[in-house]
Amino acid sequence: MRKLVAGAIPLLAALVAFLIGALMLVAIGASPWEGLKALVDGAFGDTNALAVTAVKATPLLLVGAGITIAFRASVINIGGEGQIVAGALLSTMVALLVPDLPAILLVPLVLIAGLIGGGIAGAIPGALKAYASVNEILSTIMLNLVMVQLMNYLLRGPLIDPLEVEAGTRIPQTERLSDNAALPTLIEGTRLHLGVVIALLAAVAAYVLLWRTPLGFRLRAVGHSPEAAKAAGIKVKQSTTAALAISGSLGGLAGAILVFGSEGQRMVTDGSSAGFTGSAGFNGIVAALFGGLHPLWTIPSSFLFGGLLTGATNLQRVLQVPAALAVALNGIVVVFVVSSGRVRERLEQFTSKRAELNAALKDGDS
Amino acid sequence: MNNKRKSLSIMRLLALLLSLAMVAAACGGSDDAGGGSVAESDTDLTFAIVAPSASDDLAFTQSMVDAVKALGIEPQITDGTFVVEEAASAIRGYADDGVNVVIAHGTQYGASLAEIAPDFPDTTFIWGTATDTQGLDNVFAYYPEANEGGYVNGVMAAALTNSGVIGVVGPVEAGDAVAYVNGFAKGAEAGGAEVNITYTGSFGDVALASEAAQAHLTNNADVLTGSAQMVVGAVTVATGEGVPWFGTQANQTPMGPDVVVASQVYHWEVVLEQMIEEIEGGTLGGKAYAVTLENGGLEIEYNDGFDLPDDVKAKAEETIAGIIDGSIDAGV
Amino acid sequence: MSEFLTLTVIMATIASGIRLATPYLIAALGETVGQRSGVLNLGVDGVMQLSAFFAYWTVLETQNLILGVLAALAVGLIMGLIYAVVTVSFHATQGISGIGIFLFGLGFSDLMFQRQVGTPRPIKQLQEYGIPFLSDIPQVGPALFEHNLLTYAAFLMVPIVAWVMRSTTFGMNVRAVGENPQAADSLGVSVARTRYAAILIGNTMAAIAGAALVLQLGIFQPNLTQGLGFIAIALVYFGAWRPVGVMGGALLYGLVNATVLQWKAQGIIPRSASDIAAMAPAVLTIIALVVLAGRVRPPSALTRPFTRH
Repeated sequence: MRKLVAGAIPLLAALVAFLIGALMLVAIGASPWEGLKALVDGAFGDTNALAVTAVKATPLLLVGAGITIAFRASVINIGGEGQIVAGALLSTMVALLVPDLPAILLVPLVLIAGLIGGGIAGAIPGALKAYASVNEILSTIMLNLVMVQLMNYLLRGPLIDPLEVEAGTRIPQTERLSDNAALPTLIEGTRLHLGVVIALLAAVAAYVLLWRTPLGFRLRAVGHSPEAAKAAGIKVKQSTTAALAISGSLGGLAGAILVFGSEGQRMVTDGSSAGFTGSAGFNGIVAALFGGLHPLWTIPSSFLFGGLLTGATNLQRVLQVPAALAVALNGIVVVFVVSSGRVRERLEQFTSKRAELNAALKDGDS
Repeated sequence: MNNKRKSLSIMRLLALLLSLAMVAAACGGSDDAGGGSVAESDTDLTFAIVAPSASDDLAFTQSMVDAVKALGIEPQITDGTFVVEEAASAIRGYADDGVNVVIAHGTQYGASLAEIAPDFPDTTFIWGTATDTQGLDNVFAYYPEANEGGYVNGVMAAALTNSGVIGVVGPVEAGDAVAYVNGFAKGAEAGGAEVNITYTGSFGDVALASEAAQAHLTNNADVLTGSAQMVVGAVTVATGEGVPWFGTQANQTPMGPDVVVASQVYHWEVVLEQMIEEIEGGTLGGKAYAVTLENGGLEIEYNDGFDLPDDVKAKAEETIAGIIDGSIDAGV
Repeated sequence: MSEFLTLTVIMATIASGIRLATPYLIAALGETVGQRSGVLNLGVDGVMQLSAFFAYWTVLETQNLILGVLAALAVGLIMGLIYAVVTVSFHATQGISGIGIFLFGLGFSDLMFQRQVGTPRPIKQLQEYGIPFLSDIPQVGPALFEHNLLTYAAFLMVPIVAWVMRSTTFGMNVRAVGENPQAADSLGVSVARTRYAAILIGNTMAAIAGAALVLQLGIFQPNLTQGLGFIAIALVYFGAWRPVGVMGGALLYGLVNATVLQWKAQGIIPRSASDIAAMAPAVLTIIALVVLAGRVRPPSALTRPFTRH
């Protein structure tokens, strides 16, 4: 019974959040009932909506799975945005370099390029943390800014579509990239593409890596207690670097999937990273935390978040409310749901050494 | 202990009340938005706009919303969707709803349009800014010759500067910002002025744009211009220092009533009208249209609040005429 | 170019760097206090956006700058209370609820702007005041000693915050609950109350930073901060949770930005390299930390909710 009540708390919190959302809708003269209907319809209404939600969830899941790996090694990765961009750029360059390779080779190649690009963008702050004691929150945030400028530089310079130069329009975008690199659509008539499956596999792989491989053991050991890990002969610095590199590479993979699956075969910039990523680098963190920082739980949590995002687009269109409302609503939902106990408990179960220390202290106190 | 609990729960209640109060604040005075009297439309076609920035950005997106409304049409709008995926689902959604004309107001939507348009052969998609229709026969394209108005502004700027130096604040060196800036530089240099151009690296960073304008002033510039949303920061610097400012994309006079000299304004309605005629005649697409000074789609709007010397204005009008009759080449 | 002009340019660049650094400094100082108490607030940017809007809107309607700052303060207090309730009383995960606050601030300020203002209209800006005598020093005076009141306040807050954290009971309590809440609790320090206070201070300062930004610029548009709040958080790590270090980070960031803009205006940086040059502040901040950093440990209880047993 108590469990049931505890389980209901996040739902209640979500309900209160939506109530505030409803109030806001009433305030701008729209029907909240229609709003809810549009939100749910847009997210889960039919096959197509479900497909769009799954596509939207894909980068969240990849970034989220990466976050869980970094977190287990006690590293916080806020560089998702930059890592997505890095992966997208490198995979784009590969597709421009060898556009005529057959799809069977080119598709894996661009995906690997994405992994490598993101991996480099992750390894840099990882190595800086391990070998130069530079806090990774600082370096990942700063690297996000660097990657945005690199993207702008490349897309308006070396990688720009020659037609844009010729026409004088100079939109900072690449040419339409080779169709051989396109991720195949899974269900004809929907936007569901191979990237969705890859993300699912990546989440499972993250789980296997963390709990079924020696590397995963090392990462968790370092996350648990660097001193103890060192005493046990684990190379702490290498492990920290590896954790951020792997985490980043999943973000990079998301970047490649965005270019060759979700966003129509070309990279384009509006000068910000959010314009390309849809803020997946941040939303992925939220999805991972909702999933209790467990790669497998991040799957449903990303799907729900993807649903919230696609539903909001529909809400905006059907009710003609500003996009800003959906952003504010997302924020409220996050704050309320995260305030509820159940999610907290999940997180506490999983948090590292200090939680146990606290527990030990508690035992000593009482 | 009990007291502590109590004070905490009171704080909780307080916080809840305050958050509700903030929501209530959002409700107040909300009726002045939207609405407004709209002229009767003479077409039965229904319109929808999907655009990357806010519909009242006083720049790119607003120029299209205003244009459609100027034709007496009340469009459905999905704005703030730079992310292509979201825009694509909105475009498809409007077509699904049976809207006759869907305006995809962002170059970056091109690839999605190529996928969506063939699925809706009875719907017209209007796409820009773009110079071709990707071979789709239910797509119209549109683009501005932004360099033309830039050239005219440049000529005026050169006539107004005393120091002979003009500062330009741009975002990222790409898109129609470049066309405007390069046209401006060509016009100003034709008038004998030196033009310094700064691209800040951001379309949104108002503070950087503001300091970029300051840096130009430090380096002797006494006339400023710029392109993209973040120039609001530069306009206030111009206002603070009493330095003339030239605008583009939309009439920027409200941002700097005392210093805005003139703005190049996009009147997409000029080409939209032609497209509507085509659609009603049974042609759903296949052509690209440019707004230019010649067809009236580009217009230099002067600010009555700025005391522009008559001879400078005459020079501007002369330049406009020259560009229209081809005696002046504003191309870059 | 004459030497005189060069000095003018250098001084103008420094003045510009100080202006740019101001909002970073105020927000980062506030975040420092919060983090020292063990609370990470990723919502700084959202609070700045909200307070910037409300300060702008108030000044637009009333032409009164003081009311504008007060409006921002009110926003800071409200958001601080919400964040404190959520993270301290409800034990919500700090990273995630902070992002929630950020999203809310970003969206709600945009929504309010669209409903209430629509097109960006200029407002009265903060006036610059010269400090008597000091501002009369040729060249150096105007650059260093002729700024608006919020800029002076920002730099005055550096020693004040340092003193409060080091020498007052409150400061010691904050550090205690940030390092070892159990021990602090057993000594009779209320962890919840201390963290509430620290969060309120942090959020009000974020709010003042938002006001400083918008009142310095004299105009608002949606997403005005462009992630400024996140950089401010990074600067807290840069400064190793010490106010003077945080100030160093904010100044470095602002001055590099100002220098890049100056060089772009002079054509020293070619246009083709303008994006590369725009990376400079971020890259130099990282490099500076590589060079300067010793091993600094964050507050032990950072991001850890406290449960009394």
